[in-house]
Amino acid sequence: MTTMTIAKAINAGLRRSLESDEKSLLIGEDIGRLGGVYRITDGLMADFGTRRVIDSPLAESGIIGTCIGMALRGYRPVAEIQFDGFVFPGFNQITTQLAKMRARSEGRLTVPVVVRIPYGGGIGSIEHHSESPEALFAHTAGLRIITPSNAQDAYWMIQQAIECDDPVIVFEPKRRYWLKGEVDTERPALDPFKAQVVREGHHATIVAYGPLVPVALAAADAAEEDGYSVEVVDLRSISPIDFDTVIASVEKTGRLIVTHEAPTFGGIGGEIASRVSERAFLSLEAPVLRVGGFHMPYPVAKVEEDYLPGIDKLLEALDRLFTY
Amino acid sequence: MATTSQAGAVTDVPQAPGAAAADEPLIQLLDEHGELHADEKFSAYVEDVDAEQLRGIYRDMALTRRFDVEATALQRQGQLALWVPCRGQEAAQIGSGRATRPGDYIFPTYREHGVAWTRQVDFAEMLRIFRGVSNGGWDPRENNFHMYTMVLAAQVPHATGYAMGINHDQADWDAERRAAEGDAVVAYFGDGASSEGDVHESMVFAASFDAPIVFFCQNNQWAISVPFEVQSKVPLATRAAGYGFEGLRVDGNDVLACLAATRYALEHARRGDGPVFIEAVTYRMSAHTTADDPTKYRASAEEQEWEPKDPVARLETYLRASGAGDDAFFEQVAADADEMAAGVRAKAFTFPDPVLEDSFNNVYAEAHPLIREESEWFRQYDAGFADNHTGGAR
Repeated sequence: MTTMTIAKAINAGLRRSLESDEKSLLIGEDIGRLGGVYRITDGLMADFGTRRVIDSPLAESGIIGTCIGMALRGYRPVAEIQFDGFVFPGFNQITTQLAKMRARSEGRLTVPVVVRIPYGGGIGSIEHHSESPEALFAHTAGLRIITPSNAQDAYWMIQQAIECDDPVIVFEPKRRYWLKGEVDTERPALDPFKAQVVREGHHATIVAYGPLVPVALAAADAAEEDGYSVEVVDLRSISPIDFDTVIASVEKTGRLIVTHEAPTFGGIGGEIASRVSERAFLSLEAPVLRVGGFHMPYPVAKVEEDYLPGIDKLLEALDRLFTY
Repeated sequence: MATTSQAGAVTDVPQAPGAAAADEPLIQLLDEHGELHADEKFSAYVEDVDAEQLRGIYRDMALTRRFDVEATALQRQGQLALWVPCRGQEAAQIGSGRATRPGDYIFPTYREHGVAWTRQVDFAEMLRIFRGVSNGGWDPRENNFHMYTMVLAAQVPHATGYAMGINHDQADWDAERRAAEGDAVVAYFGDGASSEGDVHESMVFAASFDAPIVFFCQNNQWAISVPFEVQSKVPLATRAAGYGFEGLRVDGNDVLACLAATRYALEHARRGDGPVFIEAVTYRMSAHTTADDPTKYRASAEEQEWEPKDPVARLETYLRASGAGDDAFFEQVAADADEMAAGVRAKAFTFPDPVLEDSFNNVYAEAHPLIREESEWFRQYDAGFADNHTGGAR
């Protein structure tokens, strides 16, 4: 067991993939000499050279598009998109090309490209640096989308993403990059596409992922002081979603809140609520509630605390569930 | 048209904004009257092309044209949803395609039927996309000829990345070994797609990483209904200088010039000297697709102007004049083309109907619970119709 931050865990995971698979390589803006604006790739160019760790021109469509081409040549490229709000110049390549290559080739071609995207708010930053666009990608078949919430998952999930033969988008919770945790570099990793119950409870379930898992856990702790036992599920994978784990939890607790930073409208929470109503309708004691962002462009930093789901918003939602 | 040495190597020629593209010199070896001209730089690249090879080139071009006629007819008869004609572009396609080696990888647009043919893709296979039975058509791994890409220019960064991968593979090879054994990439696109950001980004990446890629632009003058002048105020080949590599402007209706220029460019790229941009100036003699009506946007006078420059007729004139092709040869090619077309037509009717199950299976390489769930639901739903009719679910 080693204690490391999520940032260090991703760095260590990337290093291990670069060591174990000579076909893996990293490409992105400022990831080489600088080590990335968040230093996630710090030191990797020095150790693996400019052929394996590539400082790209400043062009996101070019980054994703050339990754597809390198994958067709047999490589396993890992692209870094510098910030969530800057992925959109590459959106066409991700959704019309990367996601569909296998399907349109009738299964003949695989494009094992990993796209790393630091996402989410809470860092007091400027426009386009705090967004949560995961639902836009989850809607596209052919992609897999995962998001770690802790160092252990961060270390393993990046490696599992690189090993996966499908394209994988890894949304990294940037405001948690400095969150420390225990990492077991020997323990066999959990399936990256499975959810995990990270806190047991029996009165209500909160499904969270990425940056909001610690928030959900804190809310559950606070609710316990009022006598409520709240289960927290870390979704981990946004596409596919491990509905079995979510349904099992709801069948136990009868109440569900889904929380994410992304706007609730058209978001992952709606999909989960819908599935739960289909599969566990009779287990529900109250309607499924969503606690997420509002239907607005991500607001200015000075008001982002009001915009983001926090402990109090989750407690308010729990109140609504328990008084329904 | 007389040629001068290195005519068309326009990279170093400064262009005033708005310079008339039509006035730029072209690399040309076989003019529109079917007369051969020597070029100091490029003639050497087709020195080996003897009468036998020329007849083969002609045959490829004639078969491509005949195939195009058959596919257009199939669409008109309701047997294809759409067809994308390549009439007029046979020289650009056969010339450039024949310059490639088997190990090279080709990224076409959706109109490169002639290039596909030079890569041994069966003509009939090209109809699968347009008959609604496949989105890919052929196996790209078999002939290193990628699937058609419908999103304009999206394949160009793929081609660039593939070429970057070749550089990785062959990083330790010297220029001599790369020239002898190395691979390269050709990325096709048109004058319309040249405006897409993906072409720009690709050229930036290719230049920065000395990627072994040839950007082959068929400037057929029309992006559906929009004339070339809306895409560019300068000959496209001149843009290469802005990226720091060589641009060639070639008579796209001269198969020998296209072959020579592409051989030259591939040799350059293969050796590790970086990309080359070829603008093949040609003309889309037919519609953009069978859903298009060129009479709405271009004058028939323009079409008539290009008619004498027809790439197939031009080569025939030369073959007859030089004695390399006689009546018997041309009659044989025409008969072969008709036989091919009949075979293609017959084969198109034998394509098995696809089943939705295959669509489910091809989304992901690895197991996926949602795919499993939805495909299982559909299987049971579909089975419910088994007793009613044979056509499956409604």
